[in-house]
Amino acid sequence: MLADQDRIFTNVYGWESYALAAARARGDWDNTKDIIAKGRDWIIDEMKKSGLRGRGGAGFPTGMKWSFMPKVSDGRPSYLVINADESEPGTCKDRDILRHEPHKLLEGALLAGFAMGAHRAYIYIRGEFYNEGSTINLAIKEAYDAGLLGKNAAGSGWDFDVVLHRGGGAYICGEETALIESIEGKKGQPRNKPPFPAGAGLYSCPTTVNNVETIAVAPTILRRGGAWFAGIGPNEKNTGTKLFCISGHVNNPCNVEEAMGIPLKELIEKHAGGVRGGWDNLLAIIPGGSSTPLLPKDICDTVTMDFDSLRAVQSGLGTAGVIVMDKSTDVVAAIARLSYFYMHESCGQCTPCREGTGWMWRMMQRMVKGNASVEDIDMLLDVSKEIEGHTICAHGDASAWPIQGLFRHFRPLVEQRLMDYKRKAAA
Amino acid sequence: MKKSAALHADFQPSNFTFRDLKKVEEILSRYPKGKQRSAVMPLLDLAQRQVGEDGAKASPPYGGWIPRAAMDEIARIIDVPPIKVYEVATFYSMYNLAPVGKYLVQMCTTTPCMLCGSGDIVKACEEKLGIHAGQTTQDGLFTLMEVECLGACVNAPMIQVNDDYFEDLTPDSTRQLLDDLTHGRTSSHGSLKGRKGSMALSGPTTLQDKAKKIGVV
Repeated sequence: MLADQDRIFTNVYGWESYALAAARARGDWDNTKDIIAKGRDWIIDEMKKSGLRGRGGAGFPTGMKWSFMPKVSDGRPSYLVINADESEPGTCKDRDILRHEPHKLLEGALLAGFAMGAHRAYIYIRGEFYNEGSTINLAIKEAYDAGLLGKNAAGSGWDFDVVLHRGGGAYICGEETALIESIEGKKGQPRNKPPFPAGAGLYSCPTTVNNVETIAVAPTILRRGGAWFAGIGPNEKNTGTKLFCISGHVNNPCNVEEAMGIPLKELIEKHAGGVRGGWDNLLAIIPGGSSTPLLPKDICDTVTMDFDSLRAVQSGLGTAGVIVMDKSTDVVAAIARLSYFYMHESCGQCTPCREGTGWMWRMMQRMVKGNASVEDIDMLLDVSKEIEGHTICAHGDASAWPIQGLFRHFRPLVEQRLMDYKRKAAA
Repeated sequence: MKKSAALHADFQPSNFTFRDLKKVEEILSRYPKGKQRSAVMPLLDLAQRQVGEDGAKASPPYGGWIPRAAMDEIARIIDVPPIKVYEVATFYSMYNLAPVGKYLVQMCTTTPCMLCGSGDIVKACEEKLGIHAGQTTQDGLFTLMEVECLGACVNAPMIQVNDDYFEDLTPDSTRQLLDDLTHGRTSSHGSLKGRKGSMALSGPTTLQDKAKKIGVV
């Protein structure tokens, strides 16, 4: 188990105030200018050494991402955009940072902004997080009043502004180019890549989009050193601490910061009070937010929670939103509900996703009832493969994966249901 | 984004002006010169809130929504054709294009909430208010909506009433909450089981020394 002195988010549950004085007492904004004085290259190098991979789901190495930003401006400004559009079902970790640890985010924004040559950051928060957004705005005001943001931010000689932008309720805006479109005042429909945001992002300027957690852990990494962060976790590709959200059929659902690579069973038993009715009552777990394929109990028995271990079992760490389902669950209905979600949230831009997500949901409804044939299962999987990889953004993939995961592990269960339905219909 | 509300509400006021012009200026100042189109979302939100403020005082009351005249006014302010505002307003789910009740009750029913009994919460709301999801009560107080994941999954099941999240619901606490709102009693938001944020209900499993020092446990 992660030792308390290695935890970054010491106010994750909001026991103390979010405000500046309390945040400073927790170590935030402590000599930020000394870190900046070490220079842009040192910061990026230290982030690379830490092995930090993006916490928003894709897991791209953060230091490398920052290094893609132009070193010398061609006249265009650079932007940092912070993705606080947390909407992946099963995920509610960024919310705790926004409402309880906003100064970690703001200090991280300054450090990241400096490292990538940006003088301005936009925080794009999902519109439903109204109270969280108000907290961020109060924290931004405190930081300006204390000289930590604005001209010569924190005495570093670097000018830095942070602006909050509230979304309007669209899951797709968590996709980085849809998010950029949304800030520009358009429908949140993803862009083709290339050009990548680091070349032409917000207002066609060099832009880096990072998740809230990614930015909020940066100050602690830079203060304690990349080697400290890299020392936590199973190997050099899966490092550091991670906020996990454990929801569903557990005795004590909660968010918790743990070491990367913690065994899934240990995570649930130590922190979430175990599966309802005991570990043997477990049916399946979605390990990393709704987009990641579910895992049946026998894999959950031994799998560890990091990017590569979960990938090896054909799932993913995603956002680390762990959704637990016990044996009372109708797993087909649970996945069908996710299909409805992806249909509802498709932006409508690409035909395979716009038409396919609705078709898959209708087919999944029939699977829930059993009103389908075995050939329909194969057709459904076929169609899911036609959607996956054939759209501008990963929404199409994300809509296909939960269904593929279901049939990978629970096909006999669905086939049984089809047979039962047929038998009943005949009688 | 699928949206059931039509762009034309039955009742459309003929004009709309922003009351808080300072706020409009402040919103425009958040974006670089020449990029005022970025202000469309905050301005839509501001318009919706202004209508909601009027609606709270009206009889029967109503909640925040965005009349077409407000969209046209926003188009004028940010200097784009009105269609560019309509397409944003219709894309995002939080902009109401037709009147709603004073309390907009959004019930999360996505899988994590569903596993924790959101079906019972929906039933409790529908029975208590005598309406189905998508409908508004006769007295103008409540509109019920089923919505997608609101991002409070470890506090499931939950609903959002206007700006506030109400979490860790049971059918009983949901009925009590709706009762309080009906009678104008303010309800404190967050967990209705009294837990702090996303901490386990049984107490913290980490940072226990700190918890003891602060007196959390």
